[in-house]
Amino acid sequence: MQTASFLFEVAVFAPLIGFLVAGCFGHLMGDGAARFTTIAFMTCAALAAIGVLGFEMGGGMNTVIVPVADWVHAAGFRADWQLRMDALSVSVVAMVTVVSLLVHVYSVGYMAHESRPVFRFFSYLSLFTFAMLMLVTSDNLLQLFFGWEGVGLASYLLIGYWYDRPSACAAAIKAFVVNRVADLFFLVGISLIFIRLGSVSYDDIFAALPAHVNDTFQLFGTHPLLEVIATLLFIGAMGKSAQLFLHTWLPDAMEGPTPVSALIHAATMVTAGIFLMVRMSPLVELAPVTRDLIVLIGGTTSFFAATVGLVQPDIKRTIAYSTCSQLGYMFVAVGVGAYQASMFHLTTHAFFKALLFLGAGCVIHAVHDEQDMFRMGGLWRKIPLTYIAMWIGSLALAGIFPFAGYWSKDAILEAAWMSGNGMGHYGWLMGCITAFLTALYSWRLIFLVFHGRPRDGHLYEGAHESPPSMMLPVVLLSFGAVVAGLALEPLYIGARHAAFWNGAIAGVPGQSVIDRLEQTPGFIALVPTFAAVLGIAVAYVCYVASPGIPGALARSLRPLYLFLLNKWYFDELYDVAIIRPYRALARLLWKGADEGVIEAIPEGLARLTSGSAGQAVRVQTGSIAVYAFSMLIGLVVLLSTMLFYR
Amino acid sequence: MDDVRPNVHPILLSLVTYLPLAGVVAILLTRGSTQTVETAARWVALWTSGIVFALAVIMWAEFDPTRPGMQFEQQIGWASGAGISYHAGLDGISLMFVLLSAFLTPLSIIGGWRQVTGRVRDYMIAMLLLETTLIGLFSALDLVLFYVFYEATLLPASLMIGIWGGPRRVWASLQFFLFTFGGSLFMLLALLAMWNATGTTDIVALQHHGFGHAMQCWLLAGFIIAFGVKLPLFPLHAWLPDAYTEAPTPASVMLSGVLSKAGAYGLLRFGVLMFPDAARLFAPLVLTLGVIAVIYAAMIALAQTDMKRVIAYSSFSHMGVIAIGLFTLTPEGIDGAIFQMLSHGIVIAALFFCVSAVSWRTETREISAFSGVAHKMPVLATLAMLFVMANIGLPGTGAFVGEFLVMVGALHVSFWLAFLGGTSMILGAVYMLVLYRRVLFGADRGGVVALLRDLTGQELAVLVPLAVVTLWMGVHPGSFLRVFDPAVTGLLHPMATVATVEPHVVAPLTGAG
Repeated sequence: MQTASFLFEVAVFAPLIGFLVAGCFGHLMGDGAARFTTIAFMTCAALAAIGVLGFEMGGGMNTVIVPVADWVHAAGFRADWQLRMDALSVSVVAMVTVVSLLVHVYSVGYMAHESRPVFRFFSYLSLFTFAMLMLVTSDNLLQLFFGWEGVGLASYLLIGYWYDRPSACAAAIKAFVVNRVADLFFLVGISLIFIRLGSVSYDDIFAALPAHVNDTFQLFGTHPLLEVIATLLFIGAMGKSAQLFLHTWLPDAMEGPTPVSALIHAATMVTAGIFLMVRMSPLVELAPVTRDLIVLIGGTTSFFAATVGLVQPDIKRTIAYSTCSQLGYMFVAVGVGAYQASMFHLTTHAFFKALLFLGAGCVIHAVHDEQDMFRMGGLWRKIPLTYIAMWIGSLALAGIFPFAGYWSKDAILEAAWMSGNGMGHYGWLMGCITAFLTALYSWRLIFLVFHGRPRDGHLYEGAHESPPSMMLPVVLLSFGAVVAGLALEPLYIGARHAAFWNGAIAGVPGQSVIDRLEQTPGFIALVPTFAAVLGIAVAYVCYVASPGIPGALARSLRPLYLFLLNKWYFDELYDVAIIRPYRALARLLWKGADEGVIEAIPEGLARLTSGSAGQAVRVQTGSIAVYAFSMLIGLVVLLSTMLFYR
Repeated sequence: MDDVRPNVHPILLSLVTYLPLAGVVAILLTRGSTQTVETAARWVALWTSGIVFALAVIMWAEFDPTRPGMQFEQQIGWASGAGISYHAGLDGISLMFVLLSAFLTPLSIIGGWRQVTGRVRDYMIAMLLLETTLIGLFSALDLVLFYVFYEATLLPASLMIGIWGGPRRVWASLQFFLFTFGGSLFMLLALLAMWNATGTTDIVALQHHGFGHAMQCWLLAGFIIAFGVKLPLFPLHAWLPDAYTEAPTPASVMLSGVLSKAGAYGLLRFGVLMFPDAARLFAPLVLTLGVIAVIYAAMIALAQTDMKRVIAYSSFSHMGVIAIGLFTLTPEGIDGAIFQMLSHGIVIAALFFCVSAVSWRTETREISAFSGVAHKMPVLATLAMLFVMANIGLPGTGAFVGEFLVMVGALHVSFWLAFLGGTSMILGAVYMLVLYRRVLFGADRGGVVALLRDLTGQELAVLVPLAVVTLWMGVHPGSFLRVFDPAVTGLLHPMATVATVEPHVVAPLTGAG
């Protein structure tokens, strides 16, 4: 165990050292050395993580707590820096470090043409990885929140990496702020857990749960305490995992360099929300209303994102919406209690989504930073290796046997069906429709990019296969996307799952929905695959056989097309409903209330004392500022009275 | 009396308090050409404040948090017949603020090294005087002494605004003076009433004196007005935007970093701890005002066009968080508020220095004049990013620990209090990131930005220690929490409002240091 704990610490902290060395001394040691340093530390981390995984799988997955240092001890509150080593964290750490290492290597080639030094980029990548590792290895919610926010910071820095582009800066701020909105709910949830359950450490929380099942909490009336907590945590998870209403940041996040998108979408960021829900599964289990909400949001998001993905012209944006949609699947699994299936899909998705993004990066690299699919076409002859990789990734994404996605997606849909309640069936229905749409937009991408005649001769002529440093990760990930499902199925959800998870995930062995997957009716189990094959066929008809159809459809159903193209108008809605009023109110408060009234009082007093009292009467002339201010005073009185007589 | 207790270093506290005065005398005695005098004044001020800081660190190391009551105590009869004496000493709470004052003063002196060009000698004298008065007020254990030092801070502070400030300095200085002075009158009234009722002004004695309910309410109201101006509490902040903006940067740092904390410290010492019953009655009002300050100031900060004003309103917004923490009257909330005071003192100081690094070079503070400063000043951009993140409470920086504990405390009171107070997480991120983006990000459009050079050694000497402390407070807050947490729980204990206090009062913290 000593060795495993040590390796585990290496896996978590090596990226931090890489970040610090490259970040602080990068300008001194130069790009080459900085790149080498981060990759060397990431390699250490990945090897150590795989080592731990091997150890743990050999000797049975026991939970070990590795203490690191003291953190916050104040009054009754206690949270320490600790690493928790159990099946859940060890498996995710291995996945994150491996994918991150591949992204690091890929970035060497991808960022080779940058005119400015890129040590900053590599150090941010390592920081991103470290934050994610802290998140998954935490033993208490506060440390998880540290990683959670660290991931937010790193994503902000990486999305805004090209900081002289206004769109990149805007996307970075959007990602950070939208996440922060969700984080507020999360943090209140953590505080509530501490106040009512007495601790923020997982084991203490789970031990305290049975005693608090019937507790209530006053909010908009009386609610079961655990439902309130679970909902607050879920809202937090919705932000990080880009679920409906809080999803707007994710598609914009592709303003960052493509390797960043691969990291965000596959390994380090969006999966955090799923991880949180699975980590807190003993609590989520006890909150049935919240679980229904999770299925509702998850199912709806998967459908919504897939419809938007159908019409996007940008290659990365299409894949970005696909992530949003796949995360919806994972939430459906959480909601129906199939946490193992959720983790399974999270892992397989990490491989094929990283593959798709890196493949898309190769395409973009090949055609010199063009991202519009309608300007590509026929590229398969020029970049055959990338073409094959994209096929593999798409087959895995669409869930075609025997690729990785088949195993995990089917498990989720079967679990949704077998959960047996109405909400589960809703999740199943949405999932099957989405399976069709997923295949449709994936092959739309493939056909538009690689088949047909080149739409832009100039781009086509210049296209070339990427350097080995980029192709190597793509090839390795392709391998993963083929075999991950088949290899991991017995461990994650199959015969050996109880021994593998060994209590890291809630559920009574033999009674949870995951044990009933085998009993799914054969017809139900086949629907998703049929839907996917149908999607591929439709894509073939629309984009290869008779390419006129999509254009005609878009013309005849123009409102629907625009609705989808504009992403259901969420951004516009938020702009009108929140951003503009906020700006206007900010200005009004400043010019009206603060300068108009509050700062006018001393000036008025000054005038009053100097004898010209008439001037002070100006305050009472009934301007908007005065009204705004009296409203504010009214608010004080109102809130005070409320708090007084609660 | 209490002087039977062993006292490690009987004169250490006096040394820390009055050494800056010795520096003042040394500067006054310097003779020679203007050039010589100015150079000497700078170095004397720096050395003096440096030694004071070193001594304060020694006190921090020597301090025994497990021992209840005051340490480094000093008592000299003064007007003993009237129950007034020179009584100074430190508990865990005040020690932290002495340390903060002693830490920020040398940095402010370095920060003003080249930026202050006129009347350097007087400036350094004012800075040292301010340090003495601040340390004096934080360590005062007699209300009269506290009052004297509290008023005395006004002189150097308003002089610094009025003489070395920006274009509207005179009005800003006058406003600052009148507001604080006006507020202090209420403190004076309360002081007289307390002295009249008890015959003593000794703070320790007063703390154990149970005042009647009505009396408590009147006294607390007086103190809330007095310290509410300094903090500031909404709507007593009219002086703040002008004073913080017009003051020279090192003075802004002292004003927002330490002086505003004097208000919060007073509110804690004389409000929450001395009049617990009245505090419970007044809590809803102060909590509401705190929430309003958090949201109101954060919104206004977004609309500002002047970099320094954004930071000024940001400071106001975060002081709202502190007010909330104090008046939750829970150990977590008060611990959080104190921690937030310390971390805010560090972070806001750093942000003012960052702004001045840019505005000093370009002689403008207009946000619209800048774009893409990060191209020219990458080191500043890195440090500023750290402080921006600290200001919006990113875990790993000190602000998070404070804000989180305040939130826990607030949730004891009400869900909505915690939620609305917590919106500073979101609103703060909005205005800080927008500011950062407008000034540091973006394309290099030329103009004033084209001429910028990265940070000088002096600026690094100021910002790097602040960065180190910010991270230290976030990663290992125990170094600070262990000092004042026992004091807070100990002082709160008699109130017995929260059941969670008991076990931790009995069990002293171990292993934290």
